[in-house]
Amino acid sequence: MDTTTLLIYGLIAAATVVCLLVLFGYLPHLRIVPDDTKFDFMRFRRISFPISAALSILALTLYFTHGLNFGIDFKGGTLLEVQSKAGKIDLAQMRSKLDSLGYGEVQLQEFGSNGEVLIRVSQQPGGEKAQQDVVTRVKETLGADIDYRRVEVVGPRVSQELLGYGTIGIIAAIFCILIYLWFRFEWQFALGAMIANVHDLVLTIGFMSIAQVDFDLTSIAALLTILGYSLNDTVVIYDRIREMLRKYKKLSIEDLLNISINATLSRSIITHVTVSAALFALLVFGGHAIHSFSATMMFGVVLVGTYTSVFIASPILIYLGVGLGRTAHVDTPVEEPAPSIAPGAPTPSPSKR
Amino acid sequence: MLHFSRWKALAILLTSLIVCLFTVPSLLPHQDFLKLPNFMQRRLVLGLDLQGGSHILLEVDSAAVRKEKLEALRDDVRRVLREARIGYRNLSIQGNSVQLRAGKPEELPEALRRLRELSAPTGGLLAATGQRDIEVSEKDGLIQLMLTDAGIRNRVRQAVDQSIEIVRRRIDELGTVEPLIQRQGDDRILVQVPGLQDPARLKALLGKTAKLTFRMVDLSMTAEQAQQGRPPADSELLYSQDGKQPYLIERRVLVPGEDLVDAQPGFDHRTNEPVVNFRFNTQGGRRFATATSENVGKPFAIVLDNQVISAPVIREPITGGSGQISGQFTVQGANDLAILLRAGALPAPLTIIEERTVGPGLGQDSINAGINAAYLGMALVIVFMIVTYGLFGLFANLAVAVNVGMILGILSFLGATLTLPGIAGIVLTVGIAVDSNVLIYERIREELRGGRTPVMAIDAGFSRALATILDSNITTFIAAAVLFFIGTGAVRGFAVTLGVGILTTLFTAFTLTRLIVALWVRWWRPQTVPV
Repeated sequence: MDTTTLLIYGLIAAATVVCLLVLFGYLPHLRIVPDDTKFDFMRFRRISFPISAALSILALTLYFTHGLNFGIDFKGGTLLEVQSKAGKIDLAQMRSKLDSLGYGEVQLQEFGSNGEVLIRVSQQPGGEKAQQDVVTRVKETLGADIDYRRVEVVGPRVSQELLGYGTIGIIAAIFCILIYLWFRFEWQFALGAMIANVHDLVLTIGFMSIAQVDFDLTSIAALLTILGYSLNDTVVIYDRIREMLRKYKKLSIEDLLNISINATLSRSIITHVTVSAALFALLVFGGHAIHSFSATMMFGVVLVGTYTSVFIASPILIYLGVGLGRTAHVDTPVEEPAPSIAPGAPTPSPSKR
Repeated sequence: MLHFSRWKALAILLTSLIVCLFTVPSLLPHQDFLKLPNFMQRRLVLGLDLQGGSHILLEVDSAAVRKEKLEALRDDVRRVLREARIGYRNLSIQGNSVQLRAGKPEELPEALRRLRELSAPTGGLLAATGQRDIEVSEKDGLIQLMLTDAGIRNRVRQAVDQSIEIVRRRIDELGTVEPLIQRQGDDRILVQVPGLQDPARLKALLGKTAKLTFRMVDLSMTAEQAQQGRPPADSELLYSQDGKQPYLIERRVLVPGEDLVDAQPGFDHRTNEPVVNFRFNTQGGRRFATATSENVGKPFAIVLDNQVISAPVIREPITGGSGQISGQFTVQGANDLAILLRAGALPAPLTIIEERTVGPGLGQDSINAGINAAYLGMALVIVFMIVTYGLFGLFANLAVAVNVGMILGILSFLGATLTLPGIAGIVLTVGIAVDSNVLIYERIREELRGGRTPVMAIDAGFSRALATILDSNITTFIAAAVLFFIGTGAVRGFAVTLGVGILTTLFTAFTLTRLIVALWVRWWRPQTVPV
């Protein structure tokens, strides 16, 4: 047994012991977030809004100056994933061989430790047929001691269409979700969620631009999933805000939002731990093909998504005028007493406005 | 929320179990799978990125279809007017139309009447679109027959249908397992061939139109003279396969390739060279016999896709209805030509516009990567949930395990394709699925702190959290649905697992998790809730 296997078994054993100890009550349950948090999240909006605005502008600037590292899905061209049968590869020699073909810029990227190389040849002039010739000539040039693990050729027409579909897809998804939220909540919520969402997407695209992540079809998948999950988070908080709005008729909106976020804080953190765990596993073991996907998701869901739900999506409701009409119903009896988690501050006094 | 009738409980457990059992056929080895009764032969298909193989998107050359249609129209015009004995002049193809002038002005109405009969409604007899494939108009004596867009579209559609049939026959000859050949859009054909090591041969087979003709060699001048001057009007200059040797070949076709009924690779019994033996149908045999007996001693040419394969001299009339093509083939070359001839000619050339090939080595690596990621992801989530929620964490893990089983079961039942992003979708679902449990448990904790009794807190926790779970999952489902419609291949696999994962998550949250907790409450009558 080598050390890695030993380490894995050791970890499994340790985890099992910890789980059993917890199950039989010898260890207390883990509480990441204490029960009665009373963070004043709303006060941070004076910081978080400018920060987000600045970051968004930065992200857009990066997008327009650096641009995205479009893969062949959207740019067209040829991608070959090769592995030397000998187990190691002379990158410089390979580069000079490929450069001699006169295909313009040929990108070589070595990864792994077994002589695996990604070869990217940009789209060649001469229509669909010219792209097909690239593969044939690269294979002739590199000779027989190379194993072709993956060959992808995307012609100009298909890449144009894929880019179009991707753009339409993201816009369509935003639109559909907006409609759904509008039906399910009031329009202010739908709009707030949308602003938060576009903010997520902009920051993620900025990240992709800075990290020069390969932007291909799986990136579109990542962006749409980020859209879905960050909304998932927002919707959970909004649900609670709506419930609180019905329950407390006189509480100031700032306090009400604070209570809602604090009440869902534990859930938000725990869920993000589990999602990060899944993404971490994909990042570590998922392999080269979905690496950029996992990295983008990690950034979008875990870093940006959580921040947005708490610091952007919720406070923005104040500006959109959520709960303004409530004082009209002062007479309506409050159905339930405030649960004890509510911070001490909200004594049901007349609204501040 | 915690009351379940015995029947309802049974129904929930049975549904979960049966859906999980749908996975079983996918786990069986192939030969055992085939022994299953028909309704159970539904299994998860590994995507090309996991099992290796080629994905090739072909496009029918619409320009070639249009050109051919225009040439056919011109020939039809000539034939119709000849039959009606109407003189014409300046018959030519201009852009999208065929133009001509009537020989005598008084014959113009009759010519127009005859030519209008060439135009037919598009879309067959059933589709009453009111559109016709050709529009005939006349201005200052100039007759114009224009192809309509509907007519061209219709013709392209037909060409795609015919091509699919021929592509299928060609690929079947390669002996590959379960190739997928289907129309995509108006003018495209998607070909997916699993387990193909090197698609070069497949591409070579698909890239050939395989239009075979037997024609006479024009001996009125040598090919070299024709190269320098102008070839006679009813002959054309064609080259040998290597492009070096020119031939002057008559345009008139002695026997078209459609008259072939069989072609087989073989060896010439004298030279031992690979050859292709072919047989004509009755009509073709008769035409070939007539042609060869009239032209003994002269060379004729076997032309494939405008390349001369060989131009042998006719030594004696060939009346048996069969013959032999020899042209310095390799064994595989002869084999491939036989395949192409048996499968028939494509109505128009096909262009490869997208190719994605994954070798079996990478496929296996990706499977391992996916499985490892799934194990690690699940292990992390399981441990974390137990450490955070204890017994209730165990319940959540049970629900998630059933959830994953059901995802695989549903995917198997749908015969869906599992791709690497698809596996990522499942791993992600594991991380997300526990969210429903977290929402419920946190709500229960809140209710407990609000001073409710355990049973009441659990009840209230479920009923409040479930509304939130529904709302929050629908947004992700919308994103998955959009991704499904715009995505192709591997990405679509991700959308499917993500979407199915959301449905099963909702199912387990609304039924199974509740049932487990309800049973626990009934059996243990707890005084406290250990969340």
